[in-house]
Amino acid sequence: MKILQALLGWIDDRFPLTATWKQHLSEYYAPKNFNFWYFFGSLALLVLVLQIVTGIFLTMHYKPDASLNAAGVSVAFASVEYIMRDVDWGWLIRYLHSTGASMFFVVVYLHMYRGLIYGSYRKPRELIWIFGCFIYVALMAEAFMGYLLPWGQMSFWGAQVIVNLFAAIPYIGDGLSTWIRGDFVISDATLNRFFSFHVIAVPLVLLGLVVMHLVALHEVGSNNPDGIEIKKKKDPNTGIPLDGIPFHPYYTVKDIFGVCVFLMVFSVILFFTPEMGGYFLEGNNFVPADPFKTPPHIAPLWYFTAFYSILRAVPPMFGSQFPGVIAMGMAIVVMFLLPWLDRSPVKSIRYRGAIYKWALALFVIAFFVLSYLGTQSVSELKNWLARIFSVIYFAFFIFMPWYTRIDKTKPEPERVTA
Amino acid sequence: MMKKIILAALLCVPLLAHASEEEVKLDSAQVNVEDKLSLQRGARVFVNYCVGCHSGSYMRYSRLEDLGLTEKQIVDNLMVTGEKPVETMTAALRRDDAKAWFGVAPPDLTLVARSRGADWLYTYLRTFYRDPSRPTGWNNTTFPNVAMPHALWALQGQQVLKEDGGKSHEGQAEKVLVLDKPGKLSPVEYDALVKDLVNYMVYMGEPAQTKRKETGIFVLFFLAGLTVLAYYLKKEFWKDIH
Repeated sequence: MKILQALLGWIDDRFPLTATWKQHLSEYYAPKNFNFWYFFGSLALLVLVLQIVTGIFLTMHYKPDASLNAAGVSVAFASVEYIMRDVDWGWLIRYLHSTGASMFFVVVYLHMYRGLIYGSYRKPRELIWIFGCFIYVALMAEAFMGYLLPWGQMSFWGAQVIVNLFAAIPYIGDGLSTWIRGDFVISDATLNRFFSFHVIAVPLVLLGLVVMHLVALHEVGSNNPDGIEIKKKKDPNTGIPLDGIPFHPYYTVKDIFGVCVFLMVFSVILFFTPEMGGYFLEGNNFVPADPFKTPPHIAPLWYFTAFYSILRAVPPMFGSQFPGVIAMGMAIVVMFLLPWLDRSPVKSIRYRGAIYKWALALFVIAFFVLSYLGTQSVSELKNWLARIFSVIYFAFFIFMPWYTRIDKTKPEPERVTA
Repeated sequence: MMKKIILAALLCVPLLAHASEEEVKLDSAQVNVEDKLSLQRGARVFVNYCVGCHSGSYMRYSRLEDLGLTEKQIVDNLMVTGEKPVETMTAALRRDDAKAWFGVAPPDLTLVARSRGADWLYTYLRTFYRDPSRPTGWNNTTFPNVAMPHALWALQGQQVLKEDGGKSHEGQAEKVLVLDKPGKLSPVEYDALVKDLVNYMVYMGEPAQTKRKETGIFVLFFLAGLTVLAYYLKKEFWKDIH
């Protein structure tokens, strides 16, 4: 024991180990009234680690090579099947990674929704929200490029559609999309650069952003379901917030329980329905990429379909798809502005009035309906629905400064409630 | 209030789903990959009738030990192409020849059950009919104008497409498949054979699936225990927080 103490002292003289532990865990005071919605931050971190670890093992066996082998199948596609069949526990590693990709978006969407209902993006947490939005964008890039790697029909044609969006940009579009692909079509060059981005470039950015997200959070302190600042009421002797409890051990043990429940849900999907009815792994992606055979129906995976719907909902103008691309981009950009659009005197939905509750409900419905429509092929009716719900999606943000100001709010409590 | 809105929105979803494009009605294959005898029969049909032209290029013959067979049994009864059991099920037909003769190389079948689904395969293999207008003399109601001739015709016999006098709701004459010349098997026997074959193809699409489910049950039991422990650990730590 004495030796360990001495060792710790030796390290602390050279590296702030104890200080860091205290600052971020044992003396980081979090509000004591976290509820169900507060599990998803730590779960997102868990899935990130899971994706990195499984990704390392997949990279040992996967081959980013679009050339055909003796059986006439691309090497990349065949290497995924090699992992599924010949690598010990390869099927488990691959399904962990593919299920993890979708579940990453599930927990991130729930985490973002938590921010929405409790006003976690409001002053002084604007930067936490903005770093979070960047994480979301990086995650989309990561998922999109990762999806090309199995080199199935959906990988190929999905990438073809999305990269072609850049071609819709006036003047520079053609050159830009060719530059992104490294070729005039999605090809071996594209596969290799997407592999490079997927395994190193984007994960590095993601990790950096996650660190910034957490550092900013621990600087200002966590919000809570009441949306009030616990730092306003401190114990005069210790300086510790009266409603704060140390993150470790209280929230570490609570999050361990959350992790167990989450892993059970994760395992049910992974072991019993890894394709999740075509939502996590699409049937058409078990067909090797064929540049000469366009599938009748091309849809991105479920986590992109809301934005895909917005893209398709905007009619081409002057023979260009560019307006749709702008709308899709704006649907994401507008999220960054949220801290400055919300003018309500209160943060939490608990003390907001009926107008905000309606607005949020409509927004959530719009997101679900758009997500559903994005998985479907287009028809006149569905196109109009997509237009209506796209308008609702944007209206939630555009009219927010107005409706949050006139909304009747309830008084916030002095201290946090259960 | 919020719940009512969400409920109302969810009620609209089936209306949208109904508007999707028309599809061929599929019969349910009801396969069971736990049934090893069925898989063995299916494997025999596959190597006898499919591997001549189609590859199962990710499937090694040696893996058939999953079906409860010894290596010797596999080599003696099932290895129709290749020289060593570790080799994959590669078609006897060369891809270049196939392209020249049929216009397309027959697709690899290892994963076809995952892309098409068991029900589609089960229906497709039972809906070939004679059609003199096609170069092969065969057509298929599930996959119209398919390039493949009916490989199992000697077993099933020859079906023809006939009008049954009724009208479908689009006003066109309803057409049904009728067995014109019986094959070696009765329709019931033929359906059973196709079911075994499809069962084998479902297995071949993901040979690890049985192990996956077994592992899953073990993992879930472990996690359930861990969850209970974690719950009481949390409760113990939190008892002084009010």
